[in-house]
Amino acid sequence: MADSPTPFERFVQGILPENPVYRQLLGLCPTLAVTNGMKPALTMACSVGFVLLCANIVISLIRNLLKPHLRIVIFTLTIATFVTIADRFLAAYFFQMSKTLGPYIPLIIVNCIIICRCEVCASKQGVVTAASDAIGQALGFGLALSSIAAVREILGTGMLFGIRVLPDAWPDWVIMVLPPGAFITLGLLLGCVNWIGILKARRSAK
Amino acid sequence: MRSFKESNLFQAWLVLLLATAFGAALAGIQTKLGPVIEANKTRETLAKIPALVLGEDPAAALASQKKSLSITLRTIEIERNGVKKFYTVYDAFFEDGTLAGYVAKASGQGYADKIELLLGLDTEGKTITGLFILDQKETPGLGNRIIEKPWRDQFLDQASATRLVVGKGNPGKANEIDAISGATISSRSVTGIVNNTITDIKAQLVIPPKEAAEKPAPPGNETGKIKENT
Repeated sequence: MADSPTPFERFVQGILPENPVYRQLLGLCPTLAVTNGMKPALTMACSVGFVLLCANIVISLIRNLLKPHLRIVIFTLTIATFVTIADRFLAAYFFQMSKTLGPYIPLIIVNCIIICRCEVCASKQGVVTAASDAIGQALGFGLALSSIAAVREILGTGMLFGIRVLPDAWPDWVIMVLPPGAFITLGLLLGCVNWIGILKARRSAK
Repeated sequence: MRSFKESNLFQAWLVLLLATAFGAALAGIQTKLGPVIEANKTRETLAKIPALVLGEDPAAALASQKKSLSITLRTIEIERNGVKKFYTVYDAFFEDGTLAGYVAKASGQGYADKIELLLGLDTEGKTITGLFILDQKETPGLGNRIIEKPWRDQFLDQASATRLVVGKGNPGKANEIDAISGATISSRSVTGIVNNTITDIKAQLVIPPKEAAEKPAPPGNETGKIKENT
């Protein structure tokens, strides 16, 4: 069992160098669907973070018992359990938010970020590494969701967290809170992140 | 003959064990949170009833006097085209036992998904006293404007005897609901659900005044007494 990358490397990589949305292009379904406001986006990021952390820890603990051809079944089983817990919890204590997010919380089960981390990290490395990997990836996912949601909510409704930030004269660009706005924003931000990456690479090459 | 150790069943021991453990954990969580979730739904419905029956301002006035409406729940069963349909109807009573009005819970197909709404009717079932959208997944920015108050308020004081129609550009005309621009289907769906509900429950809705007087909702019944300021 290779001990590299170390827990710290895993943690840092998840945030930007291997950002799940901007670098790996994973988990795009919730990224497009729930980023029409900051509140749903952050709730989604927290739910995914919770599931990711729990699933990574459980899978890492039982990694030596896994049979190669049965591992995906076990990943899915573990993920589905924690997603159901998150879904029930939101419905019980954040009822309005759970109504807003609708089917997207149960759909975390098929979020490929989580199954990817189980496969790449948790099924091969120890609990500490798996946990820090989960936290790093969750932060990266949260960062991506909130950056897209901020752009869409501000341009689409003139508000942030439901509080007016642009002057009333701002003509709300309704398209930004509609599905096309999600694609436009994701595309532009993805382009920016890649552009910055290329600039950095060039500078360090010189 | 393969030995038991090589059999599929044995190889899957971890899957079976985890499935059992996770299933048990989820059952535990559902037992604990299930009632809370149900209570959330009921609370949302009950909290809306006074405003739907009396109107927003009288309901707020009643709440400021620390008074509340007693609410009893019943089910109206109708048969249409051989299919049985059930409507949940909440009868709202003032504290002295006189009837305040009815609220019916109804649902139907919208543009994206099922729309669930509450429809308030006066004591004779003749006039619409309120409309509230409980659950919808219509297009954000267009169809989901059916939840906005100015649009819903068009249903206020409409007579239930004639079916409502969806029109364009005639706001304020009797029996006509102005469609939301860009969301004609959502507007039609809501209007259709309202029409169907009234047609379906009309015959069984009104409690005869005598019976109503004898039936002041006892406190501590199924849905209980609610404080309006909750």
